[in-house]
Amino acid sequence: MTHEEIVQAVKDIIHTIAPDEEIGGLNLTDPLRDQIELDSMDFLDIVMELRKRYGVQVPEEDYKELATLQGCADYLAPHLADHQLATSA
Amino acid sequence: MSRSTHYYTGSRDGKRPPSGDPLRKAKDRYDVVVVGSGLAGLTAANILGRAGHSVCVLEQHYNLGGMATWFKRRGGHVFDISLHGFPIGMQKTCRKYWGKSISDRIVQLEGVRFDNPQFQFDTTFTREDFTHKLVDVFGCNPATVESFYETLRAMNYYDDDGRTTAELFEEFFPGRNDVHRLLMEPISYANGSTLQDPAITYGIVFSNFMSKGVYTFTGGTDLLIRAMRDILARNGVDVFGRSQVDEITVEHGRVRGVRVGTREIRAETVISNAGLKATIERLVAPDHFDSAWLDAAKQTRLNCSSTQVYMGLGPGEDLPWIADLLFTSTRPEFDSASLADLHGQSRTFSFYYPKVRPGTGRHTVVSSMNANWSDWADLSESDYAAAKARLEEDTLRALEVHVPDIRSKLTHVESSTPRSFAFYTQHTQGASFGTKFEGLRYSMELPQQIEGLFHSGSVGIIMSGWLGAANYGAITANKVDARIDFLAAETVPTS
Ligand SMILES: Cc1cc2nc3c(=O)[nH]c(=O)nc-3n(C[C@H](O)[C@H](O)[C@H](O)COP(=O)(O)OP(=O)(O)OC[C@H]3O[C@@H](n4cnc5c(N)ncnc54)[C@H](O)[C@@H]3O)c2cc1C
Repeated sequence: MTHEEIVQAVKDIIHTIAPDEEIGGLNLTDPLRDQIELDSMDFLDIVMELRKRYGVQVPEEDYKELATLQGCADYLAPHLADHQLATSA
Repeated sequence: MSRSTHYYTGSRDGKRPPSGDPLRKAKDRYDVVVVGSGLAGLTAANILGRAGHSVCVLEQHYNLGGMATWFKRRGGHVFDISLHGFPIGMQKTCRKYWGKSISDRIVQLEGVRFDNPQFQFDTTFTREDFTHKLVDVFGCNPATVESFYETLRAMNYYDDDGRTTAELFEEFFPGRNDVHRLLMEPISYANGSTLQDPAITYGIVFSNFMSKGVYTFTGGTDLLIRAMRDILARNGVDVFGRSQVDEITVEHGRVRGVRVGTREIRAETVISNAGLKATIERLVAPDHFDSAWLDAAKQTRLNCSSTQVYMGLGPGEDLPWIADLLFTSTRPEFDSASLADLHGQSRTFSFYYPKVRPGTGRHTVVSSMNANWSDWADLSESDYAAAKARLEEDTLRALEVHVPDIRSKLTHVESSTPRSFAFYTQHTQGASFGTKFEGLRYSMELPQQIEGLFHSGSVGIIMSGWLGAANYGAITANKVDARIDFLAAETVPTS
């Protein structure tokens, strides 16, 4: 997956977790928590979906890397290089 | 439960002796066995079942839900035990882990009222209204109120500075016992905490709870738990009631399964939703733990238990509008520990108007008090009956202040005590709200003691109540899912 695809993958996951949030306008650099209503429970759900869809294990101490979409793309890139973007459920 | 414990009428009915083999349809092996069907256990089971794992829930009672329960009595009465109210966060939690059919039924309570010698008013239980009360009714400085909120919001599980809630209140509102009452009373009722508990437990709960109103589930607890049962079935989770887990079996430091009577069900992962103390003191043999850890974990203190009085109005009887939730006390001054006094002067009333169970037209009133196990545990049969009768009489007198002709409307009155809660859930000392703060640590550390064994359920004050328990179930499910994934990767090498 390219960086753009990873961002799309994370947005797809956020959409299933928080279906009422508007995710079209999310920018790459501001913390996700400041742009939409995401709490620490939602981050857990994102991690669980990443594991389910792409088999990526994100250890607890790395959750902070997922704070922004850019952070997600940078952190996940090495793990997702060989993966295809999953079609969202 | 020790054999010397005796139960008397009123705390015995409702549990039926097993007929047939409740586990006849159970498989011999699951990925995950969940011990207990409280909201933490059920939520964890649902998330893991939905994720495709084979999951089984074993519950000793014939009903699911744990403390999230209800009971029926002749004359068409249905009483809810713990549906007084929960924070708005439950909406999102249910939406994510159970679906829209459940979250759409969560609605805001319309009226919450305080009535005590220091103040009497209605509140929307929102941050705006608390500000209004603190500033305009109590005369607090608006800047102080804001900085109090800010301090609470910044509080984090990881930075406990050892301060107590009492110290926190004294810092912001020195000498204002009335303000302390407003800020603490609802939370003491919601989770059994007192002014002596750490300020951070207060801060975390306050920010969730006393900010956007109080919520309830339309249709009642029975509808909620039935809906959850259906969803679990759709997600392939096997659920068995009347199945008392006697032991969590462990081999070479790793969980092997659970034993129900003579039958062992194997599982790579076990989640115990039984109380933390029961889990470490009764369900797992002590030699499987590091002894220093076990000794320290056993020191964990419990939160209080409860008493309740259930009052059912006859069909066609009406109740004037008072509030959904009424915090009452005749004590001149507030002191959180005294909320648990035997025959004390403080109680909450939940008025369940027909809107709770639309179409039934029925009203019930449930009053709750915090209570200490030690006040009830050793009463003789006759003293126990007398104490219950007094509790019911005191409660009716307190209710008459608000509904003078209440006695003529009622066709059923019944009470429960710490002994009832211990009997139904097997929680040590009938604890209603799990453990004090230190319990969270031992709950979280359990898998480091025994590989594959997790605890999930009310602990640490912050992980209690419907929302706390359900969220802790989700947190545990996430850890368990990671473990299963890890075990699969160990055995089946990926390309
Ligand atoms: C009187 C009262 C009023 C309350 N009011 C509210 C309220 O208004 N709002 C709110 O949010 N919270 C309220 N609470 C608290 C809330 O109900 C609990 O915090 C929450 O439901 C606890 O969920 P749990 O998952 O921790 O487990 P529990 O509900 O405690 O369930 C544990 C389950 O495990 C089962 N079990 C135990 N041992 C075994 C075993 N060995 N084998 C098989 N099964 C076993 C028990 O039978 C039980 O079903 C109230 C509690 C009480 C007592």
